[in-house]
Amino acid sequence: MKFRLIRRDTASRLAMFTAPVLALVFTCVASLVLFAALGKDAGAALYALLLKPFLSWYSFSEVLLKMAPLLLIAQGLAIGFRANVFNIGAEGQFIVGALCASALPVYFPDGDFPLMLPAMIAFGALGGTVYALIAAALRTRFGASEILVTLMMALIAVQILNYLLLGPWKDPRGFNFPQTVMFPDNAMLPILFDGTRTNISLIFSLLASVFAYLMMQHHFRGYQLRTAGLAPRAALYAGFSASRMVWLGLGLGGLAAGIAGASEVAGPLGQLQRSVTSGYGYAAIIVAYVGGLNPLGIIASSFLISVIYIGGDNATVSAGLPVAAVEVFQGLLLFFYLLTFTLIRFRIEFDRKVPA
Amino acid sequence: MSQPALLRLAKVSKRYGTVQANKEIDLEVHTGSIHAVLGENGAGKSTLMKLIYGVEQPDVGHIYWNGQEVHLARPSDAQALGIGMVFQHFSLFETLSVVQNVSLMIPGKPADLAQKITDLGDQFGLSVDPHAMVHRLSVGERQRVEIIRCLLLNPKLLILDEPTSVLPPQSVRRLFETLRKLQADGMAILFISHKLDEIRELCDTASVLRGGEVTGRVDPREHDARSLAQLMIGREMPNVAHAAPRPPGEERLRLNALSHPRASRFGTTLEGIDLKLRSGEIVGIAGISGNGQQELAALISGETRAQEPGMVEIMGKKVGHLGPMARRKLGFAFVPEERLGRGAVPEMSLADNSLLTAHSRNMLSRGFIRRSVERAFTRECIEAFDVRTPGPDAEAGAMSGGNLQKFILGREIMLNPDVMLVSQPTWGVDIGAATAIRKRLLDMRDQGCAILVISEEMDELFEMCSKLHVLHNGHLSPALDAAETTPQEIGRYMIGAAT
Ligand SMILES: Nc1ncnc2c1ncn2[C@@H]1O[C@H](COP(=O)(O)OP(=O)(O)OP(=O)(O)O)[C@@H](O)[C@H]1O
Ligand SMILES: [Mg+2]
Repeated sequence: MKFRLIRRDTASRLAMFTAPVLALVFTCVASLVLFAALGKDAGAALYALLLKPFLSWYSFSEVLLKMAPLLLIAQGLAIGFRANVFNIGAEGQFIVGALCASALPVYFPDGDFPLMLPAMIAFGALGGTVYALIAAALRTRFGASEILVTLMMALIAVQILNYLLLGPWKDPRGFNFPQTVMFPDNAMLPILFDGTRTNISLIFSLLASVFAYLMMQHHFRGYQLRTAGLAPRAALYAGFSASRMVWLGLGLGGLAAGIAGASEVAGPLGQLQRSVTSGYGYAAIIVAYVGGLNPLGIIASSFLISVIYIGGDNATVSAGLPVAAVEVFQGLLLFFYLLTFTLIRFRIEFDRKVPA
Repeated sequence: MSQPALLRLAKVSKRYGTVQANKEIDLEVHTGSIHAVLGENGAGKSTLMKLIYGVEQPDVGHIYWNGQEVHLARPSDAQALGIGMVFQHFSLFETLSVVQNVSLMIPGKPADLAQKITDLGDQFGLSVDPHAMVHRLSVGERQRVEIIRCLLLNPKLLILDEPTSVLPPQSVRRLFETLRKLQADGMAILFISHKLDEIRELCDTASVLRGGEVTGRVDPREHDARSLAQLMIGREMPNVAHAAPRPPGEERLRLNALSHPRASRFGTTLEGIDLKLRSGEIVGIAGISGNGQQELAALISGETRAQEPGMVEIMGKKVGHLGPMARRKLGFAFVPEERLGRGAVPEMSLADNSLLTAHSRNMLSRGFIRRSVERAFTRECIEAFDVRTPGPDAEAGAMSGGNLQKFILGREIMLNPDVMLVSQPTWGVDIGAATAIRKRLLDMRDQGCAILVISEEMDELFEMCSKLHVLHNGHLSPALDAAETTPQEIGRYMIGAAT
């Protein structure tokens, strides 16, 4: 039996709010069964996953810390996605941003470089942008798919990172660990709330959200990008340059990822180390789509996904859940979210057998 | 009448938001009849067909099939009864072959299907190569594939929504022969068209729709086109007499030995095209679509760049290397033949579709969109061009075909261009609106605009143009004086018998 999705006539605004709630309920029911089958205390597990992130100021601040890079990268990516420019390798641009930013404290470990922090952010932004624009150049000149190019460039970025950490940038007094020196104080982002690790990169992300909102919903550039995504031939007819959309879509994605990378090393890490490849660049793709590629939706989705990340960390520690179970929970939540969201916007229709 | 009608609708209504698309419609279709549905743009013809085919469901009312009440929740229900439909916008996958497209809807082995396609083709004059890729097919051939796909389900009722509005004249003749054969075989056909002469020639019954209601049921063979039109629009058709053109002014568009290789194997190579267009004149390009019309239009608009800047001149400037925006800045405007996806973005509101080309009309302030200007412009366009729509927030994709065409044409005219290219100005537009559109173009000419019209409709070209060219196989004929040439002569150029 075949089935199809038929778009409902009235795509309700209510759906935007009911979908996450329903998804949460379904996920809880499914995971209660799952955790019980594992012989764990299901109630404690759910408590750790969903409530604990909100119960102490510290764990809530950790949610905000996670949210900052996800939000920033996702806003940048969504701009490209709406123009059908698919930058899948934000992870690579994030790493290159982190590398470029780290160059300064690595070569000036005593912090005797004027305007250290702003220069690091600028380096990171530039590095991420240029790295993404390589894909734009290949796409506009040779028609190479930016999906493949950005993805492969992400793998290259990891190798560059490995090379630097194992070779020239390794901290000479670091017991041979693959990491750089700890950054001097003036290379660190100011903390936003005392006693937490949340730093001002959250402000960068919120500013980027405002920028993305104004540009995509109210500026002609954003209109051109949306047109290019919805109806490429209409964009051609109107004379919106297709290659400019590619440059812009990739460039802004790389810029955001680069700043996020710089903020990661100048923030929670405090040095360049291998764990900078934590998958923010890939998770941001999910954040962007769960947020409906809408700047406001992305704020909500980046928060939601950060909560389940932090909740997941809690659950492995306090409820003794295996990491895999936490990942299943996160997967379930996304799955149910997308399912309810789809069902609210579409109805399913089954095709009966047609007599020949 | 003893036998019940094959299909009967009783008091069927359908509403979209604030628009009452169909209101208490009664309709009977009998076996062996070709039944016309006519009405102005937005009268509700396509909507009614969608109700019969189960794409949409009526809000109230009953549908009877052979006297039995039926509920059609989806197209497959209608197909199971024996109803087939060819939509106004085709629904074939370009990257698949004919047989593959057919097999998406119809079970069976590809080899068997291919055989059936060939057999049906022979039987009804619908020949098409089952293994050809769809993107290689002409519009006429694609339509044949759509019809064959319906016929494979052995329908008793075939619905054709504006099948002829995109067909060149010869293909229309072939289609009519096919339909007559099907009729002789006992099939009922619902036929929508804005071309009243076609309806008079082909159909034995006509239901007239106005504002979503049936306002008349006539035998079209007993009426002339004029009185049918009057039934449709509810008032006397205005008799339009056009002022004679004044002598044209300075040159505004010029093509100099414009040649361009085809972009793909399925395109047309243009060779050595020369053309001059002056202020205050309308020049027409006749010919059957597929002879280079699309390629030529894209070269003039800038969607395709010419090989040398001097091949295209607008307002005395060499623009062959410039893009559409730069050409528009010089005072150029363009109405393409495809509305959805090129002339308009279906998912966006009409207001946002104004922005597409009218952004230079004060709609931006430092790049930010001035919504109030955008809406005011859109409202003015809706009013001035009689676009039937709830308002500037309606999605372009939800508009009836003809109304969208009026909107796009209105938008381009409101730009006050110095030079305008209009491709197929009245495709799918009802005759009242078509008359109004031609009048608008003539008014613009009198105000000094230079207009180039590409059209397949010879009557339209003769009505408006002072000079005619014919495009055949990538070659453009010399300019012919419209007052001195005849449709016969144009026809000879169209088939390449004269050069
Ligand atoms: N999906 C939709 N959503 C909202 N309004 C719609 C939708 N489809 C049609 N309408 C409206 O219903 C009315 C009738 O449209 P319909 O397409 O049936 O007209 P039509 O007679 O086929 O016109 P045309 O000759 O231009 O094709 C129009 O006012 C149109 O805007
Ligand atoms: Mg229609």
